[in-house]
This record gives sequence, C-alpha cells and structure tokens, in this order.
Amino acid sequence: MLLIRPFSLSRWWAIVLKEFLQLKRDKVTFAMMIVLPIIQLALFGFAINTDPKYLPTAIISGDKSEFTRTLISSMQTSQYFKIDTRYTTPAQAQEALKKGEILFILTIPTDFTRQLLRGQKPSLLFEADATDPVTVSTALSAMQGITSQVATKDLRGPLAHLSIQKEPFDIRVHRLYNPNGINQYNIIPGLMGTIMTMTLTMMTALAITRERERGTMENLLATPARPLEIMTGKIIPYVFIGLIQATIILLASYFVFHVPFNGSIGLAYGVALLFIAVNLTIGITISSLAQNMLQALQLTIFFFLPSILLSGFMFPFSGMPRWAQHVGELLPLTYFNRLIRGIVLKDNNLAMLWPNIWPLLIIGIVMMTLAVRFYKKTLD
Amino acid sequence: MRITYIQVNLWKYLLDANDFAINVTGLNKYFGDKHVVKDLSLQVGHGEIVGFLGPNGSGKTTAIRMMCGLLTPDSGEGTCLGYDIVTQSDAIKREVGYMTQRFSYWEDLSIRENLDFVARVYELANRNNVVDEALRSLGLTSRSSQLAKSLSGGWKQRLALAACMLRHPKLLLLDEPTAGVDPSARRDFWEELHELANKGVSVLISTHYMDEAERCHKLAYLSYGTLLAQGSAKEIIERQALYTYEVTGDRLMEISKILEHNGAIEQTVIFGSTLHVSGKDPSDIETALKEYPFKPIPTSLEDVFIHLMKTSTDNYGDADVTH
Repeated sequence: MLLIRPFSLSRWWAIVLKEFLQLKRDKVTFAMMIVLPIIQLALFGFAINTDPKYLPTAIISGDKSEFTRTLISSMQTSQYFKIDTRYTTPAQAQEALKKGEILFILTIPTDFTRQLLRGQKPSLLFEADATDPVTVSTALSAMQGITSQVATKDLRGPLAHLSIQKEPFDIRVHRLYNPNGINQYNIIPGLMGTIMTMTLTMMTALAITRERERGTMENLLATPARPLEIMTGKIIPYVFIGLIQATIILLASYFVFHVPFNGSIGLAYGVALLFIAVNLTIGITISSLAQNMLQALQLTIFFFLPSILLSGFMFPFSGMPRWAQHVGELLPLTYFNRLIRGIVLKDNNLAMLWPNIWPLLIIGIVMMTLAVRFYKKTLD
Repeated sequence: MRITYIQVNLWKYLLDANDFAINVTGLNKYFGDKHVVKDLSLQVGHGEIVGFLGPNGSGKTTAIRMMCGLLTPDSGEGTCLGYDIVTQSDAIKREVGYMTQRFSYWEDLSIRENLDFVARVYELANRNNVVDEALRSLGLTSRSSQLAKSLSGGWKQRLALAACMLRHPKLLLLDEPTAGVDPSARRDFWEELHELANKGVSVLISTHYMDEAERCHKLAYLSYGTLLAQGSAKEIIERQALYTYEVTGDRLMEISKILEHNGAIEQTVIFGSTLHVSGKDPSDIETALKEYPFKPIPTSLEDVFIHLMKTSTDNYGDADVTH
C-alpha cells in the first residue's frame, strides 16, 4: 500500500552529498581527523617507551674490589642503569628512593669479595622502586643477566668452581618477524586501529545528535528519507576520512618508523575498509541511542577505553584473564590489531586472516541492525 | 508494481474527492503526566486556509506534529490527505509540506544546497530547473551560494517556505511561518497562500497575529490543549455573544481598574487611546459605563480571543503546561 521504496539511491545520495558539504565546511573537525593521527603517531612512536634505559641507581658499597668494580661497570655499559654517586650512606639512598629521585639501590656488603672467595655464597641486596612494575621489570631482568655474566667472566682459573654451572642443554631463541624486538614494529600498526576507533566512532556518534541539537532533526524526520538511508548516508564521508588516516599511518610506519611492510597492500586496505565500516556503525548506533552530543561523547569514551586496554594494543591479549579476553573478543579493535599486524609484519594471506575477519563482519551487521532499530522516526 | 501504484492513486483520488485534507478526531498526547493535547478534533477542507490560534504552549505545535507523523498520538485517529496519521506517516511525509516553527534547514549549507537537498530527497524531476525557479521567485538567485546562517530571520523563513513549496504539496502545515517577518513580507506571503488555496492547496497555519487570523477561511482556537472554538471568524465572534463598547478619554488605565470589579463587565482591554469593554448583557454594561463617554462597537476577533484565553485559564488552571 505504501508507495515509499525501502531504499532509494536518490534519497541516499542526497544525504551523502549533504554530509560531504557539511564536513567540508567544518574545517576544525576535518583538520582534527587528519592531524590527530599524526600527533598520536609522534607520541606513541617517539615518546612512549616500554623499555626504559638509564634509570637512576645508587650504589652503597662497603667493598671496593676488582670484582665489584667489574659489576658496576657492567651495569653502566648495559645502559639500563645510571649510577648516581651523590648517595653514599644507606639512609641517604633510602630517602632518595622514597622521594623517587632514584629507582634502584644496590648494596654491596663490606666483606662481599672475601666471602665470595671463601665460597660462602654472599648476597647482594638489590632494592627497586617497584611501584611501576613495567618500568623496573626490564631493568631487573637485565640485572640478573649482568650478575651471571660477571660471575662467569671474573671467576676463572682457580675460582672457576665458584662460577655458575652450565645448563646441560641449550635453548636457541629465534625472534621471528621482529628480530631486534623493536617496539615500534608492534605499536605503529596497532596504532592504526586505535586512532581510527577513536576518531571515527566519535565523529559518527555526533552525526545524529548534532542534527538533534541544532534542531535540524525535525526537518530531516519530516522528509521521506528512511533510517537506513540516513545512517548509511551519514557514514560515507567518514569512510574516506578513515582511508586517508590509514594511508597516513601506513606511510609514516614505512618511511618514518621503518616498520617493514611484508604483506599485501591490497589486503591491508581491505581489512582497513572493513574495520572503518564497523567503527562507523558503532558510532552511528551510539548516535541513535544518545540524547545529546555530550552523551554521545561519553558513550564513545565508554567504548574507547576497553578498546585500547583489552584489544591487545597496549597489553598482551594472552596475558589477560579469561573474562577480559571474552570482553576483548567483542571489540573490533582486537581483531583489527591481529589482522593488521598479521599483514604488515607476517605476510598473512586471506585464508589465515579469515578467523579474524568474520567476527568483524558479524559485529558490523549486528551494530547496523541495532542502529536502525534504535533510530527514532518520530520526535516522541 | 506499476498497477498497484495506479490503483492506490485512484483510491486516494476518490478519498480526496469526498473527504477533508485533514480530518482528525479525538487526538490526545501526553508528555510524561502532562496532557498536552486533549481530544482534538479538527477538519480542514480542500483549498481551505485554517488558522490555528492559541497562546504559547497551548499544544499547537504538538498537534501539527501529530498530523504530519512526527509524533505518535497516544489515542485518537485521523487522516491527512487520505493517509492514516498513525500507520501511513511515511506517505504523509512525502505528500505534505511541513514548515517547522524554528528554522530547521542546514545553516552550514548554502541556500542552493539546501533547496537542492530537498529536491533530491523528495526525488523531484527536473531538479535543477525546480531549484532555479524557486531561487528566482525568492529573489535569491544572486545570493544562492550564501550560507543559510548568513540570512536574516525573515529571509530564513522565506527560504524555509520555498523549500517546503518546492514539491508543490497539496497540504501545507505551517507552524508560525511569519514569526519575526516584517509586515510587507508577511503581506506577500499571505497573497501567495491565497493563490495556492485558489489552486486547491489546503493550509493549516498557526499564528499569533490577529490580522493573519482574519485572513483565514476558518479558525481553530486551542488553549491548554483543548480546542475552544472552531469556525469562521464571524461564527466564532457570534458564538461568544459578547457586546463590546469603546470608551475614550484620559485615565483609561484607572477606568479599566475600576470597571474590572464590576460584575457586568467580563473584560477590559486598552487599545492605544481607547478602552474596549466587553460583557454578555448590553444594558448592564451601559449602566456601568454611564459616567464615561462610550459608544457600542462590533466585537473584534481580538476581543474574543482575549476573552477565550481568560476564561480558559479560569477553567483549566494548570498554567504550568508548556510545549
């Protein structure tokens, strides 16, 4: 009976054109969408370091022997420790640790070398400010390496019996895909999804609430445009923005951060396009749920936080408890991180990527259905 | 598909022929526990201009929104151009021209882009010609690339009306289209409305201006959600059976204060240098007025509306009802 077609290309195109024009006029938003990836790249790529070096360390030594000198110089050459010579008494060092001026105190007992030579297995006290476990963990493991190295190097000849026994077998470690353990290799491709999640979800979350706040929603609702036309029409311009962002990050990744690009560029853009679409449907769902722009922003942040924390971008996915992994599996960023790292670093093919592609398709379809369902066709 | 379309059109044509452009009965709308529109029944005939009057917050906008499918009535039924207002709002949206009270076109689009959007979204044939023609008749051809936000209030209203008229709807729902528009532009606007009505376009227009009310074929007066009067201006005036006298002189304010306490006098309103005194019984009023220079005058629409407004506030004292 109704003469309204369920989907009209002409009406849809009217919405798309309108959104493009409005985005073009909104110079601040446009600039933000392009500048934000660059700022984030600079921050994550250059400023953030999960493997900190030159951590301030005090040494309280009652024993100045050949052996302790070797130990201290090995610590310095490891680059993890910077010896602060201002603190010489235990009390001074403890206070400095408390104030955060230093992060480590190495205490060498007075008769350390003598006891060592007697085979009495003396102890070194190594105190760390472990309030931030990430900061000290690599330095602590480096310290273990240093002591065993010093022990084997200096305890030779007649002292060899004091040295560490060799294990009966060897472990050969191959660091694949990132032989030098360069942090950027992991961070930069992961950053692509994070940036797109944040900007794209936020922009589309505002798309419908903006119309509502400006009072133009009444007009839009009074036109014959259908919910699906409005929603898909509104996200099209942001697909292009997303692809521009992806291009910026891929170029910077290759030319600025020298992350190797081992996989197929076509596949990279393919999964990026899918991921962009999924994020936009989430944004538009938020937009049809929220009453105003502030609520839309709050909901976006509510979605964004778990995305960066539980997706395996910042912290290893396999290290999380089961429940957190399940939450992570609901987030598109989790799949995209695996996909983009798989393509960029490991040259995965489509068949290998498929297990992480279909969940994205499902999330996208579910979200679009929810968005259309929550979209209010009246002002009630 | 094509055949159904023709059949439906034929059916609609038959409906239109012996029906009203708007015919709603018993419409009710609540916002929370506020009863905003109470049992509204309203008919608008083809080619008729019906003025929708009433104080601010009387439910005019809500009623208009229910008629064009933007709000769902809590109860009641009705048709707009033969389409059911509850189940066929999609068809109503396509056929009816609705102009919102507040300018609701896109301020960050240019004048032409706004019209172009409307033309596209309503899938109009000859889109460019239609838009060009609208710009020409608006007199905005040279400013067509200006952003809508740079227009003054009056021009915005005219743009909104032009956008609304772009597809030549058979029914116009206009929510205070002339608010903030200068008198000469208002006169042009009303001339155009009457021309449209002559061509068979039906109009429901809400307004606060009395001169505009007098230009309507029929009036409907809404107060606190209740339709208090419906009919032509003459009918409404007659039905109130008010006798009005004009008092001249100085100290009108004082006279007005004194007369207010007189039981025979229902209302006193100062119109510039004269005082309008109305009541139900002419001889009682004349007795009350004997100290002042007075003469009987015909009761005007404005006197009637002020009377309606006063009595309705008394009857429905819940003055906190807003939109």
